Amino acid sequence: MSRILVPCHVKGTVALQVGDVRTSQGRPGVLVIDVTFPSVAPFELQEITFKNYYTAFLSIRVRQHTSAHTTAKWLTCLRDYCLMPDPHSEEGAQEYVSLFKHQMLCDMARVSELRLILRQPSPLWLSFTVEELQIYQQGPKSPSMTFPKWLSHPVPCEQPALLCESLPDPSRVSSEVQQMWALTEMIRASHTSARIGRFDVDGCYDLNLLSYT
Amino acid sequence: MLQEESDLSLIIAQIVQKLKGSNLYSQLERQAWASLQRPEIKLESLKEDIKEFFKISGWEKKLQNAVYSELSVFPLPSHPAAPPEHLKEPLVYMRKAQGSWEKRILKSLNSMCTELSIPLARKRPVGEQKELLNKWNEMGTDEPDLSLFRPVYAPKDFLEVLINLRNPNYENGDSLSFRTHLGLIQIPLKVKDIPELKECFVELGLNTGQLGIDDSTQVPPELFENEHVRIGQKVLAEQDSAAAQQYIRQGSPTALRAELWALILNISSEPEDVLYYEQLKTNVIQHDLLVDSLIYKDVKLTASNDDYYFVFEDYLYQVLLCFSRDTSVLSHFAYNSASPPKSYIRGKLGLEEYAVFYPPNGVIPFHGFSMYVAPLCFLYHEPSKLYQIFREMYVRFFFRLHSISSHPSGIVSLCLLFETLLQTYLPQLFYHLREIGAQPLRISFKWMVRAFSGYLATDQLLLLWDRILGYNSLEILAVLAAAVFAFRAVNLMEVTSLAAAEAVLADLSTLKVMPLLQIFLFATVT
Repeated sequence: MSRILVPCHVKGTVALQVGDVRTSQGRPGVLVIDVTFPSVAPFELQEITFKNYYTAFLSIRVRQHTSAHTTAKWLTCLRDYCLMPDPHSEEGAQEYVSLFKHQMLCDMARVSELRLILRQPSPLWLSFTVEELQIYQQGPKSPSMTFPKWLSHPVPCEQPALLCESLPDPSRVSSEVQQMWALTEMIRASHTSARIGRFDVDGCYDLNLLSYT
Repeated sequence: MLQEESDLSLIIAQIVQKLKGSNLYSQLERQAWASLQRPEIKLESLKEDIKEFFKISGWEKKLQNAVYSELSVFPLPSHPAAPPEHLKEPLVYMRKAQGSWEKRILKSLNSMCTELSIPLARKRPVGEQKELLNKWNEMGTDEPDLSLFRPVYAPKDFLEVLINLRNPNYENGDSLSFRTHLGLIQIPLKVKDIPELKECFVELGLNTGQLGIDDSTQVPPELFENEHVRIGQKVLAEQDSAAAQQYIRQGSPTALRAELWALILNISSEPEDVLYYEQLKTNVIQHDLLVDSLIYKDVKLTASNDDYYFVFEDYLYQVLLCFSRDTSVLSHFAYNSASPPKSYIRGKLGLEEYAVFYPPNGVIPFHGFSMYVAPLCFLYHEPSKLYQIFREMYVRFFFRLHSISSHPSGIVSLCLLFETLLQTYLPQLFYHLREIGAQPLRISFKWMVRAFSGYLATDQLLLLWDRILGYNSLEILAVLAAAVFAFRAVNLMEVTSLAAAEAVLADLSTLKVMPLLQIFLFATVT
């Protein structure tokens, strides 16, 4: 299904910590990222894509406008979604993740703001975040075209005029041409990914030294 | 769920695209055309009738085997936003480490090239080509001067790279804390513990018959062996890859092993494959590569000195030299964290149309590489079949043993699995060895990198490799390494230096692999 990227403004991460940041020993285990959409009206959120970086659990809260007159409410649409099955090990630590509308706990119509709450309970990691955050909304359905009248109401077949005897039957010729066209389309469509197997360039394999790029 | 459906259709599309380029596709097409002559194929129900024909004639089975093979080898399609490097290796710092390791290897190869003034590749003059063609079957008798060549790297160099591997986002404090790993590997990868391994290797349990244990002379063959052989013959008659993979977890009878491995790896010797091998042979004869000398040197240093494998020296040259010319191996770099070395035709530096890979298959052999091929020579005597089996084993398993990746069967995970098993289940032994400066991984690394080839007796090695194929994973190598240490624990507790520990573990040729594995996994009191 089609989707459109919604331009968003990702504010800096805010660490939530109990006590004074300077004196406490440990690192914060909860980060909050606010995402606003300054130039876009409240929209229906379709998909959220991001690259994980050592975040173990993700919760998302969304600010929704329920109707034109009431103030916007904050709702939790995703609670403790597990990104890393074992927070102490590397599994899932740098994976690309997509979250869809149907995975959310609440309706995602008329979203005006998002808040991502990242949790990483393990003290082993120096930092954690999510990167390359992208929000998508539903794309437009394929536009309905109005067909010209002659396509939707074809005229009944006319009697073909009798041609000279020596010329071949036009309906047979057209069906054969159609078959040939279908064959060429098939051949064109079925290109394979198989290699040819040549390692040299025109028979020459006289090399420089190996390059480091 | 929508996501799983779209994932499934993506996987299907990928497999179809891959199979379209294969021999099997054209064969199926030919068979379908030929079947139109048959009386039972009716025009009205053409599709169903042809499908039925494929089912009866065994072609559907071949297609099933091909699809199963693709699923086993290729990783699942990743997220659409993920770049291709992500499929090779998801962790960025490991990709970087692999890149710098490769750079070192290239520098070493380039410096060897300039020091010895030997070109990387050279077209052979016609006289030399004829000579090589004549002695193709006895290249072992050749005694070229290889004294100036040295292997590009040895497993112990690679171990040093793995020891120094660090995650920049990981708390790598200098002081010992709960975060420090006591072994040599300092990467927090997820590895299985014994309960998980027991679940994974359930067919190796005490209540299941095994070849390697229940076929010994004291056990009457009616109890297990005869029935197992009968089932094996049935599996071969059915020609089903998935069934063969399940069957071989309990070991393969010696007589059926060659065919079973070929079935699991989905290798069938068609005339096209023999032709392909002959083409590679022609490539070897036409061009001489620097890598060839490295291969010669490696075979002379390792396999020729081995009591079991020296007879196969000629076969090894025939396989490895052709392997270097095989560009179809390049496709495995899509899921290998390594990348093939690149070069340009002389005088055309920087022009992409003149960029080539060197060697043509992108794999630079290291010290001991020929030992991956040697055990296969016991099973296959026809060079093109031997070649195909080795190539498939390499692109499925062996490449993971010498590239830096986070894959559960990658060498980093195997090392960490070995160290974790030893620490958890033999803590006293681990502590003792660490105290005397004999970190256990320094001894077991060379076993795992070579998949124990050259260290175990050949029949035991083949039983081990049966399980690698059966479980489609190399984790059993780490488990065996830990089991060997457990077996010799009493002697190891008495040593006082690394050299003495090495001496205790120098000779593994008398070990029986399956009892060791069974005891370590299922019969050790935890």
